[in-house]
Amino acid sequence: MAETPLLSVEDLHVRFHTRTRVVEAVRGISFQVGREKVGIVGESGSGKTMTGRAVLRLVRPPGEVTARRLDFLGTDLLTADEKALRAIRGDRISMVMQDPKFSLNPVMKVGRQIAEAYRVHSRASAAETRDKALKMLEAVRIRDPERVYEAYPHEVSGGMGQRIMIAMMMIPDPELMIADEPTSALDVTVQMQVLAILDDLVTQRGMGLMFISHDLNLVASFCDRVIIMYAGRIVETCRASELAQAQHPYTRGLLASLPRVDEPRDALAVLQREAGWRDEESVDARLR
Amino acid sequence: MPASAEAPVPAGPKVEAAQLDVVFGRGAAAVHAVRDVSFQVAQGETFGLVGESGSGKSTVLRALSGLNPDWTGRLEVDGRALGPKRGKAFFKQVQMVFQDPYGSIHPRHTVDRVLSEPADIHGLPDVEGRMLRTLAEVGLGPEFRFRYPHQLSGGQRQRVAIARCLMLEPEILLLDEPTSALDVSVQAEILNLLKRLKAEHALTFILVSHDLAVIAHMCERLAVMNNGRIVEELSVDQLRRHETRQAYSRQLLRASEGYDRDAAREQITYD
Repeated sequence: MAETPLLSVEDLHVRFHTRTRVVEAVRGISFQVGREKVGIVGESGSGKTMTGRAVLRLVRPPGEVTARRLDFLGTDLLTADEKALRAIRGDRISMVMQDPKFSLNPVMKVGRQIAEAYRVHSRASAAETRDKALKMLEAVRIRDPERVYEAYPHEVSGGMGQRIMIAMMMIPDPELMIADEPTSALDVTVQMQVLAILDDLVTQRGMGLMFISHDLNLVASFCDRVIIMYAGRIVETCRASELAQAQHPYTRGLLASLPRVDEPRDALAVLQREAGWRDEESVDARLR
Repeated sequence: MPASAEAPVPAGPKVEAAQLDVVFGRGAAAVHAVRDVSFQVAQGETFGLVGESGSGKSTVLRALSGLNPDWTGRLEVDGRALGPKRGKAFFKQVQMVFQDPYGSIHPRHTVDRVLSEPADIHGLPDVEGRMLRTLAEVGLGPEFRFRYPHQLSGGQRQRVAIARCLMLEPEILLLDEPTSALDVSVQAEILNLLKRLKAEHALTFILVSHDLAVIAHMCERLAVMNNGRIVEELSVDQLRRHETRQAYSRQLLRASEGYDRDAAREQITYD
């Protein structure tokens, strides 16, 4: 899978200037995403969400994004103007956010929202758009797409809301999808269905997926490659299938702190953070 | 002693629910959230209620805690039937820890005030000494006493919420997803703390969670809920050996083990 990357990021920094100090959310990370599922894992505050947002240039002032390179298939995202970015956002790179309750417009019917997302980027007629939207709702396994098309977001469940979001993001057939905790608000069984949809997009359409998550087990079983972040840097990267053999004490500590159904333990291992981890060199997670 | 489902629960359960029903709304809009739920929890046991959102697991806990007075059936603690309204004695004995430590503690009260309030209501002596002992028990130093919630991390807030319960020296703790808002490393600390407190104070726990791994780690017995009903009751050993009798529990167990392309395809929606 190590062909030409879709996304190349080198030495990415995200800083927030506050009145008293500068908060560095992301501190010089380099990685690439090909036509594969890349998991970005970390605890809250590790910078994983900001990394995803920085790629789409969604970090607003007082936030500041700098990088040596932020390249998407030959387009320099760092110098691209708003017009060029609008052509990329939602069309070639789409983003699924964590909570469908806050990402869907509550006063607009589901169908109209999906159609709007499509018509921003294409010249399709109203009838064609409706047709396509219904097909997409079916593709994300919504059983009664006609009803859901005419429903308001509060009339659908959380799991359905998230699948609607994914349908909306799939319509333009993006080359890269950034999914920020797309399944954390979902029940485990619905989560599996949503992941299967994302899996199909990657394996069948050759999409690249940046999968941001706090759930190590999930990432290990779902993704191809894993990037582990701590305090704004990458502490380790490996093939997802090899996560259990991870070397860094932070990764090992996280894995050990998870309760497991099959392994009874009296007490769970508690992660002992070492001050030195913060200042370790960020690991290069580019494709080789 | 590891409990098993074959062995009968010892006589005189600490907590019992029998034919519990909870209905929200009326007429055509009525939602039957809990249907005919019965279980018994022995003294010193941790009993788990596991299920997906909307399964009714939290509603059972809220009926038991007295937060939701509209239920029918029988609820008992120490063999005494509970009514819809509970007196002070009940709350001295039964306390609850909520899911969201950001929402369950008053944002403009200091830790001192949060902890002393229940003790004052119950007229307990030596509130200050009690508070400092309780803070130490949940792993917080005396320096936390005059802090506000916004000065605490999520894990520290959940420790304060647990300390607030312990101020009354309760016998039963109702735990509603106590760690699902926390990072995994913090979850480990809180689960370890709860286990230690249970052993030290001979507490009885009822733990609600959507996470089978958390339930397996904490509980001796568990009930799987779906659509307001208990689908089946299992001992933790049966769960570990994957001895589930019902397809729904099997699916839940499989889903909790991570992503599996084939399992996702076979999945049935139970609604």
